[in-house]
Amino acid sequence: MYDFEYQRAISVDDALKKYADSEDARFLAGGMTLVPVLKQRLDQPSNVVDLGDLADMRGISQEGNAIIIKAMTTHHAVNSSELVISKIPALAHLAGTIGDHMVRNRGTIGGSLANSDPAASYPSAVLALNATIITNNREIAADDFFTGMFDTALEEGELILSVSFPIPEEAGYKHFPNPASRYPIVGSFVAKTSNGVRVAITGAGPCAFRVDDFEDALTKKYNPEAIRDIKVSDEGLATDIHASAEYRAHLINVMTRRAIGE
Amino acid sequence: MPSITMTVNDKQVSGDVEGRTLLVQFIRDHLGLTGTHVGCDTSQCGACTVHVNGRAVKSCSLLATHVDGADVQTIEGLADGDVLHPMQEAFRQHHALQCGFCTPGMVMSAIGIVNDNPDPTEREIREALEGNICRCTGYHNIVEAISAAAKEMR
Ligand SMILES: Cc1cc2nc3c(=O)[nH]c(=O)nc-3n(C[C@H](O)[C@H](O)[C@H](O)COP(=O)(O)OP(=O)(O)OC[C@H]3O[C@@H](n4cnc5c(N)ncnc54)[C@H](O)[C@@H]3O)c2cc1C
Ligand code: FES
Ligand code: FES
Repeated sequence: MYDFEYQRAISVDDALKKYADSEDARFLAGGMTLVPVLKQRLDQPSNVVDLGDLADMRGISQEGNAIIIKAMTTHHAVNSSELVISKIPALAHLAGTIGDHMVRNRGTIGGSLANSDPAASYPSAVLALNATIITNNREIAADDFFTGMFDTALEEGELILSVSFPIPEEAGYKHFPNPASRYPIVGSFVAKTSNGVRVAITGAGPCAFRVDDFEDALTKKYNPEAIRDIKVSDEGLATDIHASAEYRAHLINVMTRRAIGE
Repeated sequence: MPSITMTVNDKQVSGDVEGRTLLVQFIRDHLGLTGTHVGCDTSQCGACTVHVNGRAVKSCSLLATHVDGADVQTIEGLADGDVLHPMQEAFRQHHALQCGFCTPGMVMSAIGIVNDNPDPTEREIREALEGNICRCTGYHNIVEAISAAAKEMR
């Protein structure tokens, strides 16, 4: 790892200022992606601005019909939150499938979304639940947030503060884990809301995406059988040593049916 | 150079480190506590597992500066004189190690697992060991040891 200047932020404003004042800074949340990336010399920032002391960036609460999860909340905290378990159990379940318990003790929802790994688990939930990403200067709808592989709508130096998840009537998440890394090869999050059903897939393409055909069919009839015969095109899906695009397309259907509770 | 202070195995320690110094380097190279191992260095194997503020973490994936001020427990801090921690004793009784390379991380991870789930089923133990790799034992005796230690620790 190349050396860099390490700085600890004492407030959100301080974090933004430290970032702006440096040549090429990165925020540090749980470090479960950033530190391995720095170790492999895939990135070489001049400064690392640590958000670890910002207690007001952690926590889970309910506001009206939404669950608000602050950016620095760990996967473990989401997985074990009574509030999330009672209001959006599929989201608590998803958080418990990320990596392993050591990773879940450090990794955060803000870091996961900012990173937008094609196989990251959270983006499927954010997109299917029609969540809003709240940053230091605006609110970004989930549909506008994921723009490509490791790419998001975040501007340079923009900080995710929290994510607001509308509580669905019903939701489910199912993923087919990579046998080695356990990242989803394909993960499907299905949410039934008063405005219809939303289905979002992770692991299969460059970033999380929705499946319109499934949504239309499931909005008419919320039952796994409603989509059994709907083929998903493999165009644009990933092919690697773990799975071909064709196999991923097949898994999208199977995982979505299982997410509904086949 | 940042100067850091933390509590390691109930003793206050401090040192000057670089921004890029990893927690595991601080523990091994600065403090000489070589029980914490580096197996993969790619965040996969769990040999480097220690506890930070009571939670199991991979010390190869944390900057030392990031945990400045924290309470850290390593494998060296578990035994009380000659009396092993119940998890260490169970690993010994159940022959849960062969070469022993993964063992410090396994034990620290296992204590974290049992702290969160005091009465785990065999399946839950196997799933919770996701982040710890052992090249020797085939895991079977490790699972038995954790199950036995969980009974002792309840
Ligand atoms: C062994 C292993 C297995 C894993 N398995 C999975 C898995 O199955 N599924 C999965 O989804 N993930 C998995 N992960 C990744 C894990 O979830 C990471 O924790 C997560 O992707 C990044 O979160 P972090 O808090 O560690 O962020 P960091 O590593 O600290 O940061 C990641 C990036 O996000 C930026 N960032 C962080 N916080 C913010 C913020 N609030 N606003 C703006 N930018 C920010 C940072 O600058 C950096 O560029 C795994 C990781 C490991 C090591
Ligand atoms: S050395 Fe830390 S996970 Fe392998
Ligand atoms: S006992 Fe040799 S790696 Fe586990």
